[in-house]
Amino acid sequence: MNWVIKMFSSSLGQKFIMALTGLFLCSFLIVHMIGNLQLFKADDGLAFNTYAVFMTTNPFIKVTSYLLYFSILFHAIKGILLVVKNNKARPVKYAVQNGAANSHWTSRSMGVLGTIILVFIVIHMKNFWFEYKFGHEIGYTSYYTNLATGVTVSKEMSAEYTQFNKMEEGMTADENGQYRLVIVKDLYKAVAIQFKEWYLVALYVLCMFAVGFHLFHGFKSAFQSLGLNHSKYNGLINFLGIWVFSILIPAGFAAMPLFFFFK
Amino acid sequence: MEKNLNLNLKVWRQKNANDKGKFEEYKVNNISTDMSFLEMFDVLNDRLVTEDKEPIAFDHDCREGICGSCSMFINGQPHGPKQGVTTCQLHMRSFNDGDTIVVEPWRATAFPVIKDLVVDRSAFDRIISAGGFISINTGNAQDANAIPIPKDDADEAFAAAACIGCGACVAACKNASAMLFVSAKVSQFALLPQGQPERYQRVSEMVAQMDLEGFGACTNTGACSAECPKGISLTHIARMNRDFLVAGMSTNEK
Repeated sequence: MNWVIKMFSSSLGQKFIMALTGLFLCSFLIVHMIGNLQLFKADDGLAFNTYAVFMTTNPFIKVTSYLLYFSILFHAIKGILLVVKNNKARPVKYAVQNGAANSHWTSRSMGVLGTIILVFIVIHMKNFWFEYKFGHEIGYTSYYTNLATGVTVSKEMSAEYTQFNKMEEGMTADENGQYRLVIVKDLYKAVAIQFKEWYLVALYVLCMFAVGFHLFHGFKSAFQSLGLNHSKYNGLINFLGIWVFSILIPAGFAAMPLFFFFK
Repeated sequence: MEKNLNLNLKVWRQKNANDKGKFEEYKVNNISTDMSFLEMFDVLNDRLVTEDKEPIAFDHDCREGICGSCSMFINGQPHGPKQGVTTCQLHMRSFNDGDTIVVEPWRATAFPVIKDLVVDRSAFDRIISAGGFISINTGNAQDANAIPIPKDDADEAFAAAACIGCGACVAACKNASAMLFVSAKVSQFALLPQGQPERYQRVSEMVAQMDLEGFGACTNTGACSAECPKGISLTHIARMNRDFLVAGMSTNEK
């Protein structure tokens, strides 16, 4: 085991850890993005709310989510330790340093950008994840779907309604045919209410810029750290890093608070 | 066309390793644009000697861009504003009349200042001693064509071997990291058949020594490669990272 500790505590090994956890967090962004696209669906949140139940109850997702929390913490703590170590390597700073002449500003600001993202994650998880799992502010909504016509009618449950499980599902029948009933914790409504606050929307949009800039350097840097730098596939890595991870995904996430704010 | 420049210099002066050091300002007049940066310092030092002042200590040797001695951090960049040159090849035509030029030594824990602009770069020598060589008993050199080497590999190894160990990579890096230097030295052997027997032991030991010397880690900013007077590529750092990973997982050490 000695060799494992030795390898991962070296300056190269620490970068392997940053790269592996970073890429795992990138893969999470894709899943989070695709899932949250359901917020745009005009169904009063039925799809999004049932998805939220799935994401918090499915055992596979649960295990993955613990791996995710661990990765966020590890990536952040390791990143801070690396900044400290790197500062120690140059205790006396230059009086004049023209970094712009030889490198992109994002690559020189990963610590600052990462810190902004970490603060954002704390706020974001407090607002939604914590409230959904442990808070008492989020109420329940029932959805009646007429299976024959496909029309859904949603109705907020009274404030007294509490439920042990996160979702109640059932079929009811009346003279028009069959109805499907879903009663679920209404995270969609919590999202819609919170994103009416301009300061929260502004914070989310600004933080998505931080994500974009962090990944503009971070995505391709991770491959370099893992030793994957070859003209055969560098084009693909650069394309994904720039267009998908630093533009498309942050823009998609920023669109969600803006969508609810202007809705 | 030759012109003469009047310049203001702000130069780091430090008596010895323990001195705190400070910037001194000097006015230099009538500097020919055909002079190299080091020749401008020679002119200034001549004057300081005649004024009975201590001349500015700076490293220099070949003055033709291959020894890697002339370590000056000029206006925020190692070896000044031009790419692909050392300080001795930087000519005064790269500056304008009336410019203020700030000259500092390399700044890194692993490169302590000895005096003024001279730093101790023996950390690089110790990294080389740790594995940057091929162990073979000397004897008659064998026929040059006895070992076939693909042209691409030979070219790539040669590009890595162009490293002159000047330390500009460390000086430019925001982390004072020595990755580009070490990776060039690892690559030049990793690409050639003669380097294979010790390939993975070499990378492990050189990286261990690099960490011991107090160089920073790599953020992949690319500043090292951009400032390298020999244009050493970041692909060598990737190769070192790969070899280090393979070394960790495949050598017999437990």
